Amino acid sequence: MITIFGVPLQALMGQLLIGLINGAFYALLSLGLAIIFGLLNVINFAHGALYTTGAFVAWFLLQYAGIGYWGALVISPLAVGLLGVVIERTMLKRLYGLDPLYGLLLTFGLALIIQGLFLNRFGSSGEPYAIPEALSGGLNLGFMFLPNYRAWVIGFSVVVCLATWFVIERTRLGSYLRAGTENPVLVQAFGINVPRMITLTYAFGVALAALAGVLAAPIYRVNPLMGSDLIIVVFAVVVIGGMGSIIGSIVTGFALGVVEGLTKVFYPEASNVVIFVIMAIVLLVKSAGLFGRTAQ
Amino acid sequence: MFGGSVVKLVVVLSAMAGAARAEMTDNVIKIGVMNDQSGLYADLSGQGSVLAAKMAVADSGGKVDGTPVEVIFADHQNKADVGSNIARTWLDVDKVDVIVDVPTSSVALAVNEVVRSKNKVFLVSGAATSDLTGSKCSPNTIHWTYDNWSLANGTGKEVVKQGGDTWFFLTADYAFGHDLERNVSAVVKASGGKVLGAVRHPLNTGDFSSFLLQAQSSKAKIIGLANAGGDTINAIKAASEFGIIKGGQKLAGLLVFITDVHALGLPTAQGLQLTESFYWDRDDKTRAFSKRFADANKGREPSMVQAGVYSAVLHYLKAVKSLKNDADGKAVVAKMKEMPTDDPVFGKGTIRADGRKIHPMYLYEVKKPAESKKPWDYYKLVREIPAAEAFKPLNESECPLVKRT
Repeated sequence: MITIFGVPLQALMGQLLIGLINGAFYALLSLGLAIIFGLLNVINFAHGALYTTGAFVAWFLLQYAGIGYWGALVISPLAVGLLGVVIERTMLKRLYGLDPLYGLLLTFGLALIIQGLFLNRFGSSGEPYAIPEALSGGLNLGFMFLPNYRAWVIGFSVVVCLATWFVIERTRLGSYLRAGTENPVLVQAFGINVPRMITLTYAFGVALAALAGVLAAPIYRVNPLMGSDLIIVVFAVVVIGGMGSIIGSIVTGFALGVVEGLTKVFYPEASNVVIFVIMAIVLLVKSAGLFGRTAQ
Repeated sequence: MFGGSVVKLVVVLSAMAGAARAEMTDNVIKIGVMNDQSGLYADLSGQGSVLAAKMAVADSGGKVDGTPVEVIFADHQNKADVGSNIARTWLDVDKVDVIVDVPTSSVALAVNEVVRSKNKVFLVSGAATSDLTGSKCSPNTIHWTYDNWSLANGTGKEVVKQGGDTWFFLTADYAFGHDLERNVSAVVKASGGKVLGAVRHPLNTGDFSSFLLQAQSSKAKIIGLANAGGDTINAIKAASEFGIIKGGQKLAGLLVFITDVHALGLPTAQGLQLTESFYWDRDDKTRAFSKRFADANKGREPSMVQAGVYSAVLHYLKAVKSLKNDADGKAVVAKMKEMPTDDPVFGKGTIRADGRKIHPMYLYEVKKPAESKKPWDYYKLVREIPAAEAFKPLNESECPLVKRT
């Protein structure tokens, strides 16, 4: 049997695949953060809490409306996107032009409130959410047993990530968005409603978080702490990828998932630290992040 | 004349009452419930433990010889430094007389030393490490509800008996996990089994699939989960998803609480065997206690940790009442050891010289969804482990407090 550093090749393949699955969540979440930071210059600390909210909306839909996973996959991001509109219109809007720190503090406060409300109602261990019938079971790949649901998570998030990247970097709408952040006054002069565009961008960013929440619900069970457990790691991913870089956040998300997965094989005790070690190194060597542009 | 003597009598009586009260420090008995209020152990301890302590106070009449009893709480966030800081502030500044609960063994071991140095009382319900009554035992500490030795002796022994003779551990990487793994390994080896390996995962891990794949490739018959709370839930969930059970390996949840079973749901948790000292539906007394508890706790039944807090506080107040003094922690603990315990939670019991509270443990199996008739109807009894066999025998104890003849 072929081994690499004492670990059988087959086991390693399995670990790589699992790393990719976790990376899919990092990528989806950091993508939303990157869009919001890139276009609004807001460090959205509420992202984790909105991811949790997405999962809870899915649970509510199932529990009280009988709407299952597939319905939730559509409705939950819409609902959380709507919540995003409210947050942006009533609160964040007032902070534009101030130091980004204010946005960070506001969203951090929101995150604590949302998390606290769920904790108070549901306790810390949360509620079970079953894997949808059509995706239960799994595939024996020879080197590992791949649950269908996890395969779906990878595939689906890759598609969502690439579509988002395409819209922002390669379409006319995306170019408006990017221009609107460079010089809102000028873009407005061309007859484009910039404030509405910004609102919708924020809504889209948090809808991505909710989507990740629905995807995560059957894997991690729906619990109030799922967001706060993840958000710090996701911020590290964004920093490593380069604040505001769309493609950077996607690639880094998947890559760090894999790195973390491998750490779990070779030195499991360090698996929750490794991403921050990488972050420190990247900041020392290339402070704008791997894909970031240095400010001129 | 007559009026004058009544006044005198009242003065004398109130002076006596005053003198009796003066023995209680600061004219209040202060109980500090310290645990995880917001993290992965919050459901099995958290506010539920605070509620349990308050119930015990109410059931003791709210006062001891006229001295009011007060319950306060704090969140140690599962960090030993945070926990020992709270303990110091409580004992030095806030005049707390007894600290209870404290899940997370690393924190409990830290608090254990603080309480010993300040000569107060420490009643452990949440933490599991057997060191609290072993090498780290203290004349100020009683370990109340369960410990790692009793879990190993319950679940570990049973699983080996049923043919699970090769083990691989998923171990939470801190004092509790290491101690539990050590205890269960000893039981497995003593029963003729073999330990093939272990992987240490950080506390509060979200995704266990990596670790489970490693356990899978070890080909061990049993994957022992030496972790607790949210970690156990995540591990069990991932195991069912990755077809570990279908692949022929079995999981042994070495410390599973009813709150974990609730979060997993019966379809995932069914068939798990676990050792607990308390189950709400065991007898009429536990049912009556649990009903009162659940009514005040959003319908959630008490975990054994929360039930243990109730039992411990109840007994503490009895001892303080009989001693008429709460100042000297060692004296209070000595009194508690001297008096037999009796409460609706654990029934009759005793406390040993090493600080180990003794009562029966129970080996349960989680019901199939079809067997569950009502909410929280989760366990069926496999076997009662009598009090005399449930905990590590005193003559094997490493505790310096145990006199050897």
